[in-house]
Amino acid sequence: MRYIPNSPEERQEMLEEVGLSSAEELFASIPSDLLLREPLKTPAALSEIELLERFEALASRNSAARRPSFLGAGAYLHYAPTVIDSLIQRSEFFTAYTPYQPEISQGTLQAIFEFQTLVCQLTGMDVANASMYDGSTAMAEAVLMAERVTRRRRVLVSSAVHPEYLHVAQTYVAHAGIELESVRFDEATGRTTLDGAGLDQTVAAVVVQSPNFYGCVEDVRAFADAVHAAGAMLVVVVTESASFGLLRSPGACGADIVVAEGQSLGVPLSYGGPYVGLFATRDKYARQMPGRLVGVAYDKQGRRGFVLTLATREQHIKREKATSNICTNEGLIALAATIYMTTMGRRGLQEVAEQCARKAAYARRQIAAVEGFSVPYSAPVFNEFVVRAPVEAAGLLRRLAEEHNLTGGLALSRFTPDRPNDFLVCVTEVNKRSEIEALVAGLREATA
Amino acid sequence: MTHKASTHITQNEALVFERSQTGRRGYRLPALDVDETPLDELLPAELRREDDLEGVPELSEVDVVRHFTRISTWNYNIDLGMYPLGSCTMKYNSRLNEKVARIPGFAALHPLAPEEDSQGALEVMYELQQHLAEITGLPGVSLQPAAGAHGELTGVMMMRAFLDARDGAGEEGRRHLMLIPDSAHGTNPASAHLSGFTVRAVRTTAEGLTDLEHLRELCAAGDVAGLMLTNPNTCGIFERDIREICRVVHDAGGLVYMDGANMNALVGVARPGDMGVDVIHLNLHKTFSTPHGGGGPGSGPCCCTEELEPFLPVPRVVRDGESFALDYDRPQTIGRVKAFYGNFGMHLRALAYILTHGNDGLREATEAAVLNARYIAHGLADTFEKPFTPPPMHEVLFTDKRQSRKGAHTLDMAKRLIDYGFHPMTIYFPLIVQGAMLIEPTESVGRAELQQFVEAMKEIAREAVEDPETVLAAPHTTRIGRLDEAAAARKPILRWRPAEKTATA
Repeated sequence: MRYIPNSPEERQEMLEEVGLSSAEELFASIPSDLLLREPLKTPAALSEIELLERFEALASRNSAARRPSFLGAGAYLHYAPTVIDSLIQRSEFFTAYTPYQPEISQGTLQAIFEFQTLVCQLTGMDVANASMYDGSTAMAEAVLMAERVTRRRRVLVSSAVHPEYLHVAQTYVAHAGIELESVRFDEATGRTTLDGAGLDQTVAAVVVQSPNFYGCVEDVRAFADAVHAAGAMLVVVVTESASFGLLRSPGACGADIVVAEGQSLGVPLSYGGPYVGLFATRDKYARQMPGRLVGVAYDKQGRRGFVLTLATREQHIKREKATSNICTNEGLIALAATIYMTTMGRRGLQEVAEQCARKAAYARRQIAAVEGFSVPYSAPVFNEFVVRAPVEAAGLLRRLAEEHNLTGGLALSRFTPDRPNDFLVCVTEVNKRSEIEALVAGLREATA
Repeated sequence: MTHKASTHITQNEALVFERSQTGRRGYRLPALDVDETPLDELLPAELRREDDLEGVPELSEVDVVRHFTRISTWNYNIDLGMYPLGSCTMKYNSRLNEKVARIPGFAALHPLAPEEDSQGALEVMYELQQHLAEITGLPGVSLQPAAGAHGELTGVMMMRAFLDARDGAGEEGRRHLMLIPDSAHGTNPASAHLSGFTVRAVRTTAEGLTDLEHLRELCAAGDVAGLMLTNPNTCGIFERDIREICRVVHDAGGLVYMDGANMNALVGVARPGDMGVDVIHLNLHKTFSTPHGGGGPGSGPCCCTEELEPFLPVPRVVRDGESFALDYDRPQTIGRVKAFYGNFGMHLRALAYILTHGNDGLREATEAAVLNARYIAHGLADTFEKPFTPPPMHEVLFTDKRQSRKGAHTLDMAKRLIDYGFHPMTIYFPLIVQGAMLIEPTESVGRAELQQFVEAMKEIAREAVEDPETVLAAPHTTRIGRLDEAAAARKPILRWRPAEKTATA
């Protein structure tokens, strides 16, 4: 095996050096009836050439990866500058472990400190951690944290948060004694409404997503006063981090915890992962946060460096009393996001967001003008919106794929079977005008 | 004698925020090709940012490349040399696997694309599931968990769900106790707690094994939901009574969860399913070589018995004749633990690892890994105190007992190892062993480098006694010295702020 430095001959010599005659004797402490007598029934080894052929053949069956797409719903196709992938492939970054030895991990630690700062700047919050697995688990951890802070058990979750995020939260709280209650959204505006939600002194947190799953920008600031008046925490979820370049930050709107999916920040779609969860809060809650934190430290000569800090919240110290069980997080993806935010910079993040919003507005107007199609929600959107078709959406989108080589969006029947004609369209800076026009033409033809 | 590089510009790279210059650009987008609708028409001003993203840096592409390249050189990494962190399995990360993960047909695939247009990705996941089932001897597999602790949480929640289905979910008859050896990873009790269990520690014997008598006592007392066990355990020793351990727990009506962190000692040699284990998580970022990336992404698939399979997270990736599909219709599932289907990019790399090694290569890697650990154990046997006598598997545990009398402890010797060009071993874990040094070389180290490591350790042991000051002040060869972590935690600075604001903060 070419990844094993020692040749079979060297290994035989080493065995003899340690007083053994065969490799089998290395496993003498395993009861013999547990030892495998047959080779594993996994395939025989492939050469590099064969392996690449095999994976290229598999990849070629992912036809959806090769056509223009208007899919969003929690995973977004954005431009990612080439330098990101080039830099994260440096051995020093991708083959390093969690930075437990700060003297020889300063590259990783400084990059995480920069990541934490950038996340604070985008979200408008005081403090951010070193990352969570993804947006969905970050939201679940935010719910658990709100219970820790408030010692209350009810959590109101907007029914316009990403359905898969809600499912993850339901799993996480199943044994935590937390009740998740659904808050409805207004069928005219597409926005969450707290009317009749039962917001009172027993509520730990209200969770809203903005832009919400249906693309509508929520009036987060309007929630904040009501939530805080009840002594509850406002948790804001963002699945499309490109929106930070244009929309008022959740921090400026009064959020207590902000969680986001950072995939839009230079991370490939990669069929759903690895992505990176952003988690930010107010200074006063820093010690209740889950996950790792990097802070400034100095050596004896007064040189600035960075270390993992406030570890007394974490599982390797606190064990069952830890704020979370998380250990390995998404370090390299956080680095990719850091390089993205740095490369695009202040102006690039704004330009991406503005292009998204303008292209989405263009597509929305064009689609709404097609006979039989409408956009049901009146609230402002960022780069995603619901379209109501005159026919069943899943079949319509299938025809678009087969006849026009376009992925036209997501049929909402996947999550809400009672909306068979609705689909979600996402437009980003990478969707050319010609693609939008092809989508509009395709919808027109398919329903003519 | 401390000579840190203080003038070299690559050793003094500032933060990106400190490097920022107004007006620098690192990107260019195509010109907008639709109407430039005024922003006021798109979104009312009160919904738009008002801070103009102040503080976000402005850099050229060259600035960005130099910045990250410079700070990268401050990191130790596997490609530079041996990284013997016990329990972390820092093995070689193949470039070929990186190439596989970047094939556009995978990298550009949206997770909500229609299943019929994502067949290649689903086949990758299905095939990986099959291989992991064969390797563990446990037929039910979910690739959804994103890391080891996430896989643990998944496995323990499945145990809860199984017991509730069997015993009823009401308080009456519900089991509460999760037994966890006192040598376990901290994630084990944290995951058990998140799943609603009360943790009870099982003692470790003088031999470094789970105390079977204590386990029997705990099981006899009742209310036992299960046991979470690492095997080989965190002392690097195979639990030779594993069959009996599983039988005792099963007889008490509980289930056995195995922490798969140490599977690099077992792949192709023995299978947890054959030992009586009910559910296990694997760390693809350990055993199957997906890169650690400075702290993730990981991937923590969960493998289980047929009895537990109905409780695995949804969606399951299933085969339907010649095609592959996502199956959500599992009424007993614990639900979802993550959006989409797991860290697919890691699934690709792990499958590439399995196919590149072949079945014989997988076993060969295990043999080489255990041999390397045994070689170190042999080389250092006369120098360092070994707390337990049984032969080590893939990692070997020593302590600082013989060296610490002059004041140089495990931490100091670990720091001194940096000066010899090695990453330190895992220190002060397992917690039950005072001054623990847990060394896991993996199969990715050649004999000469192992020998260099052994010699470095012997030299440090000598220094610790004869010249403790040198060890206590280590490392001497890095750009910064030991950092004051206590001060950092007392007054945490967790983000950069502009200078004038720092003064008032």
